[in-house]
This record gives sequence, C-alpha cells and structure tokens, in this order.
Amino acid sequence: MTAMDLIRAPAPLAPVERSPGYWALVLKRLSRDKVAMLALLVIVLLVLAAIFAPYIAPADPYKSSMLRRLRPIGTPGYPLGADELGRDMLTRLIYGARLSLLMGITPVFIAFAIGSTIGVAAGYIGGAFNTVVMRTIDVFYAFPSVLLAIALSGALGAGIFSGLLSLTIVFIPPIARIAESVTTQVRKIDYVEAARASGAPGFTIVRVHVLGNVLGPIFVYATSLISVSMILASGLSFLGLGVKPPEPEWGLMLNTLRNAIYVAPWVAALPGAMIFMTSIAFNLLSDGLRSAMDIKA
Amino acid sequence: MFLYALKRLIYVLPVAIGVSMVCFMLVHIAPGDPLISVLPPDASTELREQMRRAYGFDRPLPVQYLLWLMNVFQGNLGTSIATGRAVSEELSKAVGNTLMLSVMATLIGFVLGCLFGFVAGYFRDTWIDKLASFISVIGVSVPHYWLGMVLVIVFSVQLGWLPATGAGPGGSGAWVWDWEHVKFLILPAVTMSVIPMGIVSRTVRALVADILSQEFVQGLRAKGLLDTGVLRHIVKNAAPTALAVMGLQLGYLLGGSILIETVFSWPGTGFLLGQAIFQRDIPLLQGVILVLAMFFVFLNLAVDVMQSALDPRVQRS
Amino acid sequence: MSALVDIAPAPRTAVERPLLEVRQIVKHFPLKGGLFGRTTGTVRAVDGVDFDVMKGETLGIVGESGCGKSTTARLLVDLITPDAGEIAFDGRRLGPDLTLTELRRNVQMVFQDSYASLNPRLTLEDSIAFAPTVHGMKDLDARRLAQELLAKVGLEPKRFAGRYPHEISGGQRQRVNIARALALSPKLVILDEAVSALDKSVEAQVLNLLMDLKAELDLTYVFISHDLNVVRFMSDRVMVMYLGEVAEIGPVEAIYAQPAHPYTRALLGSMPSMDPEKRTEEVVLTGDPPNPINPPSGCRFHTRCAFAEEVCSVKKPSLHVRATRGHLASCHVGTPGSGHSLSELPA
Repeated sequence: MTAMDLIRAPAPLAPVERSPGYWALVLKRLSRDKVAMLALLVIVLLVLAAIFAPYIAPADPYKSSMLRRLRPIGTPGYPLGADELGRDMLTRLIYGARLSLLMGITPVFIAFAIGSTIGVAAGYIGGAFNTVVMRTIDVFYAFPSVLLAIALSGALGAGIFSGLLSLTIVFIPPIARIAESVTTQVRKIDYVEAARASGAPGFTIVRVHVLGNVLGPIFVYATSLISVSMILASGLSFLGLGVKPPEPEWGLMLNTLRNAIYVAPWVAALPGAMIFMTSIAFNLLSDGLRSAMDIKA
Repeated sequence: MFLYALKRLIYVLPVAIGVSMVCFMLVHIAPGDPLISVLPPDASTELREQMRRAYGFDRPLPVQYLLWLMNVFQGNLGTSIATGRAVSEELSKAVGNTLMLSVMATLIGFVLGCLFGFVAGYFRDTWIDKLASFISVIGVSVPHYWLGMVLVIVFSVQLGWLPATGAGPGGSGAWVWDWEHVKFLILPAVTMSVIPMGIVSRTVRALVADILSQEFVQGLRAKGLLDTGVLRHIVKNAAPTALAVMGLQLGYLLGGSILIETVFSWPGTGFLLGQAIFQRDIPLLQGVILVLAMFFVFLNLAVDVMQSALDPRVQRS
Repeated sequence: MSALVDIAPAPRTAVERPLLEVRQIVKHFPLKGGLFGRTTGTVRAVDGVDFDVMKGETLGIVGESGCGKSTTARLLVDLITPDAGEIAFDGRRLGPDLTLTELRRNVQMVFQDSYASLNPRLTLEDSIAFAPTVHGMKDLDARRLAQELLAKVGLEPKRFAGRYPHEISGGQRQRVNIARALALSPKLVILDEAVSALDKSVEAQVLNLLMDLKAELDLTYVFISHDLNVVRFMSDRVMVMYLGEVAEIGPVEAIYAQPAHPYTRALLGSMPSMDPEKRTEEVVLTGDPPNPINPPSGCRFHTRCAFAEEVCSVKKPSLHVRATRGHLASCHVGTPGSGHSLSELPA
C-alpha cells in the first residue's frame, strides 16, 4: 500500500446504532410462541427422520414376510406391527416420511416461486397484461383444488413426477392471486412512487421496494398451503395416483392397508395418523408465523 | 341487483369457457395417442375410424375443441371405455348420490361450525375460544379420507353399529329415506362435514367477535343487556357471510368428494372418478371433471348473486 | 430565453428565467363502470394549465381538495403521464431535449404521508441512499451521503441512520423524506402537502428547515398546500387552482392584498385569522366544489360565484393581466370586453 492509496482511501463510516430488522423481530416473536415452536419441533424431527431413515429404521422397508402379515401393534420385533406383506410398519413409516414430505412440500415451494413471479409481474405491470394473466389464472382457480389435482394426475397417469406437476399447477393460481393483490396495493403506496420519481428502473423498484414488502405475506399464505398439499399429495397416492407400490409413502400405505381394517385396524390407521400429525404441525406453524408477522413495522 | 347478476354472469362466461378448454385438454395431456385414450384397447378398425371422424382427431386442436364442445352441448360426453355406456348415463345416476351426501355434510358442518364459531367468538380469548379454535384447526388439518377410515374402524369394525360401505342394504337399490338407508349415510356425511365445520367456525368466530366489539353492542353489554335483541343483531349481520361460506363449501365438497366416496364406496361422482382413474377410463374422467367443475363455477356465481341480494354492500367489482 | 410560448410571468427579482415551464398540460382520468367496463365518464383533473416556476423562487399552489393540485404535482415528474401539454426544464423540453431520467434527477418530490412514503423494510439510511445508488453512486459513498443528509435535516446520523420508519415520529419522518428528496441534488423540489399532516409546532420547525435548506442549497420550490397561511409564509408567488384550471396567479402580496378572482376572495374570506379586526365580511364559500366529472360550462366557478352573470355560464374566461405586474386572473369581471357588466371595473 502506497501513501497515495492511504490518502485516497475513504474514511470508514462511523458506526451507527442499528435497530433489529423486521424479520429479526418476527423470528423473536415466533420463538416465544410455544405452540408454533412445538409444531416446528415436530417438523424438524420428521425431516431428520426422513434424512437419516437408513440409520434409524430397525428393518428393511421392502423386505416382506408372508408369515408375519398384519401383526398388531406391540408385537415383539414389530413395535408398530407389520403391514399386509409382513413389512415392519415402524420402518415403513420412517421411510414414508421421505416421499410424503417431498410430495407435500415441494409443490408448494415451486408454486411459491412461479406464482409469486406471475402475481408480482401482473400486479406491478398492471393494465392489459394483468387482465390476461389473471383471467387465465381464474380459469384454474375455478376448479376445486382436489378436483384439479385429480383431473391432471388422472390424465397424466400415476407417478411421482406427474403428482408433483399436478400439485404444483394446483397451487400456482391461489398464490398468484394473493401475490397480485398484495403487489397492486404496494404499487400504489408513496414509497414506490418516490422510487419511480427518483428515476429507478422498474426492475430495481420491484427488487428493492416491492419484493421486500410482498414476499412476506405471500410466503405466509404459501406455508398455510403446505398442510393442504400434504393431505392432497397423500390423497393422490391413496387413490392410486402419485407414488406407485412398493415405495413406502403414507397415502399409498393407507390405500394398501384399507382392506386390513377388519384384521389389524389400528395398524391400518397409522399412516393416516402420520399425515394428520404433519399437516396439523404445518398448520400451527403457519398460524404462528402469521401472528408473529402481524406487527407494525 | 339484476344488473349485478348480469355483470357476474358476463364475468363468469369466459371462465366457464376456459374451464371447458382445460377439461378438453385432459385427453391430450394423457400420454400417447388421444385416440387410444378414448377407445378400449380391443376397438375395431371401424370404431376407430368413426371416433376419429366424430372427434376430428386428425384436424387442428381448435377445430377438435369446437367439435367436442358441440357434442357436449348436445349432451354427448363420450362413451366410457370400461363399461361401454354413455358417460352422461353413468353420471346421471351418480350426481344425485353425491349431491345428497354433500348437502348432508354441508348442513352438519354448518350447524356445528356456527355453534363452535359463535361460542368461540362470544367467549373470545378464553379457554373455550382456544378449544373451539383448536377444533377448527383439526377440522382443516385432518386428512378426511383417514378420518373416514378411523370412523369405520370404531363404529363398524369395533362397535358394529353402522355399515362400513355402500349406499343401502343389498347393493345399489333406489334410495329411500328410512333408517335402513340413512344409516349408510351417517358415517360418510359426518366425515365429510369436518372440513366445512372448520371453515365455517373460523368465519363465524371472526364475525361474532367483530360485531361484539362494535360500540353500541359494547354499551348494551356494559349495561348487562345482552338479550335477544343483540343476538338477533348478530344473526342478521353474520348470516349473509356465513351462508355464502356454506354455499362455497358445498361446491368444494361436490368437487372433493372423491376421496371420501372411495373410502365408503359411496356410488357418487367421486366413486365414478376413482373407477375412471383405476381403469384409465379417460372419457369418463373428462366427463365427470367437466360436470363437477361447471357445477362449481355456476354455484359460485349463484352464491355471489344471492349474497349481494342479502347484503348489497358486498358486490365484487 | 423561454423555450415555450411566453405567457409573461412576473419578473420579481433581478436574475430571472423560468426553471420550469408548463404549457397547456392536461390530464383526464377515465371512469370505468357499466356492463363491460366501458368508460362512463371523465374526471377532468387537470384541464389546460399554464405556469412558470422561476429559478430560486417558491411557487405556492392552493385550492380546495379535488382542484387538481396534487395531480399537477405528479404530472411535473411524470408519475402520471399527461394527456397533452408540454413541460420544459431549464429551457429544455421534456421529450425532444431532455430525458425523463434527467428530469427526475433535477426535480424531486416530497409527499404528504410521511409514513407511506418510506419503505417500512429499509433503514432510513438505505431509503436515502437508494436513489444515488440507482444513479451509479458506490454503496459506501451513498451511505456516507445519506448520513450527511440526515445531519443536514437535523437528525443525528449515529442515532437515526440504522432505524426503521415506524420507530420515529411523523416530523422526523418528514425530515427523512426531505433528505431523501435532496439525495440527488435536485434543482427543484415539489412539496405536495408536505407539512399538512404534521402538528402545528412540528410544522413550523419543518417549514423553517425547508427555508434554511432552500437558501443553503440554492433550491427552487413548488409548494402545494390547502393551508393559505402556510402558503403565504412560504411563497414568492401563488397560483390558485379551481376544478383543474388556474383561477389566478401572481405575486404573493398581490394575491393576498388584492385578490382579483371571486374564488380567491372567497377562499381568503374563509381563512381563519388571529386578528378579529381583519375578519372580513366577504361571502364565505358554501357547498362543495362541483363534480369534476362534468364541470360547469363557461367559467367553472359560476355556480358558486356572487358576481355570476349570463356570460359566465357561456363564455370561458382566460387569464388576464391585473393591476400589479405579473398578476393574472381568469375572470370576466375586470376583463375589458368580456361582456360582463363589471368588465371595465378595476377588480
């Protein structure tokens, strides 16, 4: 470093007092919400179980045994019983978390990315573009979500990919609608006008001033859809769409165990209990997030 | 009022056309030749040619769409691959069953939802409110197809009080309103009612809490005068919204009945859909989806117009 | 000198030339409604407005709500695109000689709602630094500038730079908005009801700050307000608007001492005065201004005017020179040859 550089180097800015940002406040509030934290704990445990399934599960999820079919809960060696092909239920429930969570959560996140892009663009650009885009969205929104998911994956045929695709298409319209309405509101607020008056290009305004204010509400709405998505994804597998046997997936397990309700009723009900637990955990976390975000800031 | 209805109708028509296009495309997004999707695998060459001409599968998509639409308007929804019967014929039997189930479920859900919602809103922020709110969270979180299974396990398998599946004794006879038939309806209707119950109770809770926080009601309450007059006021103000929510829920149930009908082998449109999926019967799938989606679209329209008739403030622009 | 047609503005001080020239600017908003979203009417928000803003002066714009003053403000920085008319800045016409970006670097705006005009997710420093960054300034330099500007508007940078808008008071927020408007070193600042939402004591402080900044930075202001006292305090010249048109324009003393337009007189008559001696016997305005969707024919004020005659509902008056130099009013009274019975009388 030469003397010249020393002279030219700008003096560092004096440190200033900083307030915690909005998201820091939201997280702080959320962390004080006992119900939401319990829900988060359940979700984290499920995700960990899904990731480390091979290390936790006591048995092989595909190994069947005709001799040990439909053992009740509490059978030695089979703590949660055995399914209609004699496979260990505990193992399959743990492995089932993998596909069930993947099928339930992924569509919402993809739909969040696509739906926000569509909605924010339509809301910010407005005019005829908005009309065309939102009317197209309205068409898909006009289907009840269950019906649209079944129609699409029914036509596409069973399979993980067709299930993911159908569910993504189902969740794009509601997310795009919310994104459009929030963006339309934000676009009219004076700080966006002021940014326009400063000569900033539209893209910069959207990045700095619009997204920061609309992604939060859109995200909360999207998290509330995860619960619906879990139920729908497993529902597709339950109908024979989505995941194909012999993969362990809660909805599919519920389907194949349906005829076993007279022999081992509570074993047959277990996969559904897992879906219920996951769905309610996501719902409670989403509710907690919503109220944590409800602050004037 | 009439003008508003007309305006909504004009708004809904393009949506309805869009919905029909999506249904039309179902045959085309199915993997493989669309002709194969709408014909049984052992169809004769003549039948193939006949279908190809009838649906214009060798012509451009817009032409095919118009041909298909003309057929639909003449009541021709195609032929089921699995049964060989007309899709419209299959549907006409199923629609009544689904309607009965859905209406029943909506009524149960509405009554329970109003009850829970009212209690929760009235005793806002007390433990009663928390309990009622928790019940409504359960209502919207529970996989209803699983709930159906659990109810079957308890009331059919373990207690033996109610039948597990079907819509009447000894297979599919005509429906009669007697106990022998009604007991088949109880489990599916109760299962199905859980979703509208959760949503109605959330709505009613918010409405009641809002009305009770209005100043003049607060004044009456302070004087200890929460009498029938106030109750009437609450009902009058909450009813239009609650009824609208109920109407919309009925639409969702009609469209979403497939899972529950599958669990209970209830011979409705959802069960038909399940069969269509199981047998890859694309014409049947398309016909059922079209009818249910159109039903939903126009039910929404009716709810909208009715709500604005009850309460002219809520006209959507 | 002037880039557009001269309308003889009043030279008040020695070195004068228009910094901003506005000619025949028009903005109509279509009203949508009916069955197919047809246009069922037109709000004539701004209907052919002419004025100049001299370098270094403060032009006050007054009028009742709905008279088009805020729309005019937004038209000046093209936040709303005018339907017709021309704007020239520093002798260069917007469009052929001057780009919108150049105009916006030179003309900045402060809005009425101090809270809504700051992004709630950005720190005050980031809000001020945004515009310079957009125009190519390095991040660190922009932040340094933001802190300097905070100091300049009387907010200690160490305490305020890292705060969020909801943490400070309305007066402080409006100071931040002023700092933000100054960040691009503009020549002209449009203050659209910038102090109207503030408490009286805070308002006075902010007005004094604006006066100080104007002197220090050699600024020109367009000061829009419905408060006639504040406009009198701030302005060199005043423009009175009525239903999208200019009713009267002129030096502040002339407007307040010898208002030529009956509307101005009525406005001043309804102005609260501290001095009971000064309370006028003037006719106070009654009723709301007519609907700008279907403004009255002829002179738009004739429906509320005490001097209205037949000619007023038929013939549209144009701006006409009054006793003082640079004082113009759009009224048949005192306009020779207008056909009004009082046309020859001095207003």
